[in-house]
Amino acid sequence: MIRLAVLGCAVGCYLLKLAGMSVPEWVLDHPILRRAADLLPVVLLAALVAVQVLVSRGADGPALSIDARLAGLAAAVGALLLRAPFVVVVFVAALTAALLRL
Amino acid sequence: MRDNATTRTTVRDGIAVGIATGAYGISFGAISVASGLDVWQSCALSLLVFTGASQFALVGVIGSGGAPALAALAGLLLGTRNTLYGLKVSPMLGWRGRRRVAAAHLLIDETTAMSITRTSREQARVGFLSTGLSIFALWNLATLAGALAGDSLGDPRTYGLDAAVGCAFLALLWPRLDSTHNRVAAVLGAAVALSVVPLTPSGVPVLAASVVAVGMALIARDDAPEEDR
Repeated sequence: MIRLAVLGCAVGCYLLKLAGMSVPEWVLDHPILRRAADLLPVVLLAALVAVQVLVSRGADGPALSIDARLAGLAAAVGALLLRAPFVVVVFVAALTAALLRL
Repeated sequence: MRDNATTRTTVRDGIAVGIATGAYGISFGAISVASGLDVWQSCALSLLVFTGASQFALVGVIGSGGAPALAALAGLLLGTRNTLYGLKVSPMLGWRGRRRVAAAHLLIDETTAMSITRTSREQARVGFLSTGLSIFALWNLATLAGALAGDSLGDPRTYGLDAAVGCAFLALLWPRLDSTHNRVAAVLGAAVALSVVPLTPSGVPVLAASVVAVGMALIARDDAPEEDR
C-alpha cells in the first residue's frame, strides 16, 4: 500500500508540474483559484505542524497530547528567528526533544 | 565576456542552493524511515516525487498512522503549487517537446526562484538547470544517506526524530508567513486540523485544513495583497 502511495504521488506530482509547464497562463488565471492555490501550502503546512507536534496515537485512536515535541517546536522557532538554516532547525528540535526524554 | 561572468555567477549560485537544499535531504531520509517507510521507498520518493514538501507530507501522514491513500493525497495537494510555478517559469525558459517534458521534473520552489529573477532566457535556463540538477543529485544522495543512518538508529523517539518532523514542516512554512493574510491562514489551518482530530481517522485532519484556503480565497477582496509566488 505504501508502495502504491509513493507511485501515485510521484505520477500525480509530475503531472501537476508538467501541466504548469504546458498550459497557457490564462487557463488558471481566475483570481479565486490563484488565491486558493497560493494559500493551500500555507494551511497544509500549518496543519501538518500542528498534527505532528500535538497529536499522539493512543490506545483508542489519535488524541491531543503535550509532550517533548512541543519543546522541540519552541526550540525550532528560536532557531528560525535566528535565521538558522533548515538542517540546524530540524537538528535543534530533535536534540531538544531527545534531551528532555533522557 | 560579461555574459560568461554572469553565467559563472548564475551556475555558482545554483550549485550553492543545491548544496544547501541537498543537505536537508538527510533529514528527509531519516524522518522517512522513522515514519515507517523502508530505505528504498524513501529513495523512490526523492527520485520520483522530487518536491520536498510533498514528500515530507506523505511520510508525515503515514508516520502518524494515516492511510497511504490519504498520505498520497496530502502530497498531491502540496504539489499543486508547482503548477503555478510552471505557469510563470515556462514562458521564461521557452522549452518545448521533449526538453519541456524532462525539465518539468525539476520544477520546484528553488528552481523557480533561481530562474524567474533572471533577465534573459539564456540566464533563466542556466539558473534553472544548474539549480535543478545540483539539487536533484544531492537531494537523492542525501536521502539515501539519511535513510541508511535512520535505519540503523533504532527507536526514532530516543533521538527526538518525531519532534523533528513537525519542525521540518515549520521550517518549510516559515518563509511563507510573510503577510498577515498568510499568518491568519496558517493559524486557521492548524485550528481546523486539530479540531477534527478526535472525529476523523489519521490523515484526514491535514486534508480538512484545505477548506481554509478555499474559504479565504472566496471571501478575499480583490484589493487584498497578492502573494508573489
